[in-house]
Amino acid sequence: MSTTHVSLRDVTRVYGAGALEHAVHALGPISLQLQKGEFFAVVGPSGCGKSTLLDLIAGLAPSSAGTIEFEGRAVRGTVPDGVGVVFQEDACFPWLTVTDNIAFGLREAGVRADELRRRLDHALDLMGLRDFARAYPAQLSGGMRQRVCIARTLVLQPRLILLDEPFGALDQQTRLLMGDELLRLWRDTGATVLLITHALDEAAMLADRIGVMSARPGRILDIVETGWPRDRDSRIVAEASFGEITGRLWRLLRGESLKALGKPAAEP
Amino acid sequence: MSRAALYRLVFVAAGVALLELLCRTGVIDHLTMQPPSDMVRDLAVLLASGSMNKAMLKTFTNVAIAGALAVAFGVAFGVAIHGYRAVRQGLEPLFATYYAIPVYAFYPLLIILFGLGDLPQILIGFMLAVVAVIVNTLNGLDRVSRVLMKTARVYRLGPVATARKITLPSAAPYLLTGVKLAVAHAFIGVIGAEFIMSQTGIGYEISFAYNNFDNKIMYPLILLVLAASIAINSALSRWEQVLMRRRSRS
Repeated sequence: MSTTHVSLRDVTRVYGAGALEHAVHALGPISLQLQKGEFFAVVGPSGCGKSTLLDLIAGLAPSSAGTIEFEGRAVRGTVPDGVGVVFQEDACFPWLTVTDNIAFGLREAGVRADELRRRLDHALDLMGLRDFARAYPAQLSGGMRQRVCIARTLVLQPRLILLDEPFGALDQQTRLLMGDELLRLWRDTGATVLLITHALDEAAMLADRIGVMSARPGRILDIVETGWPRDRDSRIVAEASFGEITGRLWRLLRGESLKALGKPAAEP
Repeated sequence: MSRAALYRLVFVAAGVALLELLCRTGVIDHLTMQPPSDMVRDLAVLLASGSMNKAMLKTFTNVAIAGALAVAFGVAFGVAIHGYRAVRQGLEPLFATYYAIPVYAFYPLLIILFGLGDLPQILIGFMLAVVAVIVNTLNGLDRVSRVLMKTARVYRLGPVATARKITLPSAAPYLLTGVKLAVAHAFIGVIGAEFIMSQTGIGYEISFAYNNFDNKIMYPLILLVLAASIAINSALSRWEQVLMRRRSRS
């Protein structure tokens, strides 16, 4: 039986709410439930508030109205225990080696030395970083640096993993392979995953459910269920239903994307 | 050795050789300047005699104290005000014009307040050095990426832990520039102050030797100050290069 892991009720975010004439209504109202252990993706036009949504759920930004709960507890201004975040930008610490980057959170959490070593070794092997353990991030490619950030998040064994366009800077082939790794990690850890992405194919390949957002202020227009088995990988892009899912996503999004570009939604 | 380093070495060696030649041929007379080779020999004699040990210890200790205080206070102050836009807007024009103020003009006041001991000299070194550290700390903190600040929040680090583990390491190359300037300014401040308000120290000894036309003391001491300053600066530059190399994508 599925249980609600993350719950949003009428969540909105308004910037500059102090002076109403300058207020920017960035998001919402949004109501959404993420089930424990599901892989949920969010797609939407540029500037619709996808990253803002992630920041709100992570506790990195306050909502202007509504409530957000993680594991039944309200999220208010601080990142709850058990939440890991991977950002789109390179968030590796350039002054630390790959090993020290991955171990950073474990050391902060006061994990015992033998346990730290075990988790670190596992993460290095899992992410294919063993040969680069002593390298600094500047010596790695963009994809490898992102793997370091993912490993740094996963070693803490978060129950909710928030991914903000983590493969945005990677080429298509690397994205597919990284997607495979992500699916494997998701299956192995049993964590709930929320993926923010602008790539419809990425969302269609990875997620169980996909929330489609409107142009700003971002609202959930529809939720598309992919129906993929849990044991899946990037080869599903060759399935006929993969094209149907991306086609459906695009039908929902096209008008919103035009709106975001300032063009009439009815344009042929 | 890189080509740039080779050019640098050739340039300095050529300058020293020219000076040696001008001194040896009498173009620069002996009362005005010793040949550089004599300076090196006299410095070795001076160091071996131990007659300047007390002055050296006093000066280098005061430079170290002034520099360390400037770095500690400058970094702490920079971190403290970095997040307060109004405070920064108020202070930054003062920082920008700070080096237009002749700090030595305050020396009578410092003597009245703190007497003729080491403290006024250390304070002048500190006053010259501290603003360079503050400015470079703010400059470095401005360049810490937003995503690293978000990452600090994901790890639920408090303000002190964020500064210690994220922002200061991230800004380290800029902080090191501040430290280099602090060392240089501390040398200038302390030795300059010894010239005018001290009865001991290398600055005083240089001034005393100058007044007595004692080139065998004056030039070797100037050489000593130069060598010490360059050695410390080179060591810090090397450290800075290591940090930058780690961060640059080759």
